[in-house]
Amino acid sequence: MSATGVAVTAGVAARTDPPAPRTRRPWRLGDALVPVFGALAFLYLLVPIVYTVAFSFNDAGRSNLVWRGFTLDNWANPCGAPQVCESLVNSLKVGGIATVVSTALGTLIALALVRYRFRGRALANLLIFLPMSTPEVVLGAALLAQFLSLRVNPGFGTVVLAHVMFCISFVVVTVKARVASLDPRLEEAAADLYASSWQAFWRVTFPLLVPGILAAALLAFSLSFDDFIITNFNSGSFTTFPKFVYVSATRGIPPQANVIGSAMFGLALLLVVVVQVLSVARRRRR
Amino acid sequence: MSLVTAIGHGAGAGPAPAPARRARRGAYLLLAPGLAYLGLFFVVPVVALLLTSLYVPVPGGDVGQFQPAMQWSNYTDALGTYWPQMVRSFAYALIATLAALAIGYPMAYLIAVRARGRPFLQGMLLVLVIAPFFTSFILRTVAWKQILADESFVVAAMRAVSLLPPDGRLTATSFAVVAGLTYNFLPFMTLPIYASLERLDPRLVEAGADLYAAGPTTFWRVTLPLSMPGVVSGTLLTFIPASGDFVNSVLLGNNRTTMIGQVIDSRFFKVSDYPTAAALSVVLMLAILALVSVYVRRAGTEDLL
Repeated sequence: MSATGVAVTAGVAARTDPPAPRTRRPWRLGDALVPVFGALAFLYLLVPIVYTVAFSFNDAGRSNLVWRGFTLDNWANPCGAPQVCESLVNSLKVGGIATVVSTALGTLIALALVRYRFRGRALANLLIFLPMSTPEVVLGAALLAQFLSLRVNPGFGTVVLAHVMFCISFVVVTVKARVASLDPRLEEAAADLYASSWQAFWRVTFPLLVPGILAAALLAFSLSFDDFIITNFNSGSFTTFPKFVYVSATRGIPPQANVIGSAMFGLALLLVVVVQVLSVARRRRR
Repeated sequence: MSLVTAIGHGAGAGPAPAPARRARRGAYLLLAPGLAYLGLFFVVPVVALLLTSLYVPVPGGDVGQFQPAMQWSNYTDALGTYWPQMVRSFAYALIATLAALAIGYPMAYLIAVRARGRPFLQGMLLVLVIAPFFTSFILRTVAWKQILADESFVVAAMRAVSLLPPDGRLTATSFAVVAGLTYNFLPFMTLPIYASLERLDPRLVEAGADLYAAGPTTFWRVTLPLSMPGVVSGTLLTFIPASGDFVNSVLLGNNRTTMIGQVIDSRFFKVSDYPTAAALSVVLMLAILALVSVYVRRAGTEDLL
């Protein structure tokens, strides 16, 4: 345990190293340019989200196009419009399963790629790289061609199969970076102290990998949750949240969809704030 | 940070020497489930796509009924009809990638370099880059459509100050499509650049400042070259999905901004013309692979993963 503790502390300490003292130098235009330009870029990123949140409070009828006045009704009754909550639950289910499966499979691959030299390594790397360098529309079309020729009816199952597939590569890349930054000497030290390599893995290596695995899982979930194109090819009549929004875009998106989008954004933000506050508090205590 | 990087580079570079045969078996055990999955649900589907692209209609059959064949003319027919959409897709994707680079690099620099040593600020800025994913990109694209709509105050204001002619519009233009693509893939550009800038040892930049005179020189000769891996993967993660996207061109464009993804989608679903859709998909995939391999070789980062 102490090895882990030391390593984590070292990692955290190294991360919070105060920036090297800056020598005084004359003010330059570039110093202000980056924050100003960066702030504008963040504004660009956030404008549609602010719009989406604002229109979740719109007292709209079926189509949420013009501002008709403030109301809390949509938030009080987010399942008020047909299919909104049903499609959200579908998306959460697909995202949950796809995240667990792809994170497990991808983590194993990442461990193998960093820890071992083996024949066929280049082939394995290629197989992981290719799905990432193929546009979604091609992945969707290819899976559909397969399902059509096997006469499989598209639906929940085919969507999950597809999502696991495109998440694996992203998990591998994320976890691989973390495995590569581990010091193998920690595991060697553990091997000197404990009996088996199994224990060394679970008690030393795995805890150090957890942040990387969690980051990969979060990435997989957000990719799955936001996917539309591949889902659209392989879902048949099964509807996920993005598909619901896309299909209803032509006849007007109900404000309840904005409520869901805003709430998910808020939850993601809240989650990260809590994690940040906790980790800052923990660092202070040390 | 510097400690971690030092250790990482010193020791993480090569795998720990281990008894060869057992280790190799271990590697295959770890790889087998994931690679088998990719084989079944990536490689086999791509083969199915290749076969489908050569199919011919069943003589006298219904719409959507095809039989195996080796009809290579499916490719020439498909490209002969849809080459403008193919070229347009790559052009839009290229412009969107360059725009995303111009916007995403300063963002990443702000988070990784300027906010260094302030973990809370850094975390908040990072989550603002990632959190849009949870608002559904379709919802955000529809939001853009409404923000830029003809009756919106943005268009009214731009007309008032003559930035737009009185009958000018922002939606249903190629500008809107490219802006939408730029917007949607911006996080994919920003995050990899952030990751490589975050790893950059500030002492190198200081050393640069000691040796060269101006800040811009240090940036061009130290910071930028060291962040190239991030730039390469960011541009790929933007260009590849952008070239196959059809959501932006459907929601923000018109019938003169049709992209190849839209054609593939409608060939599949509206007219059940599977061979044409499959042939176009294969061409799109091969074209991207060719572009990517040339680009990666020229950028000098063979080890992308």
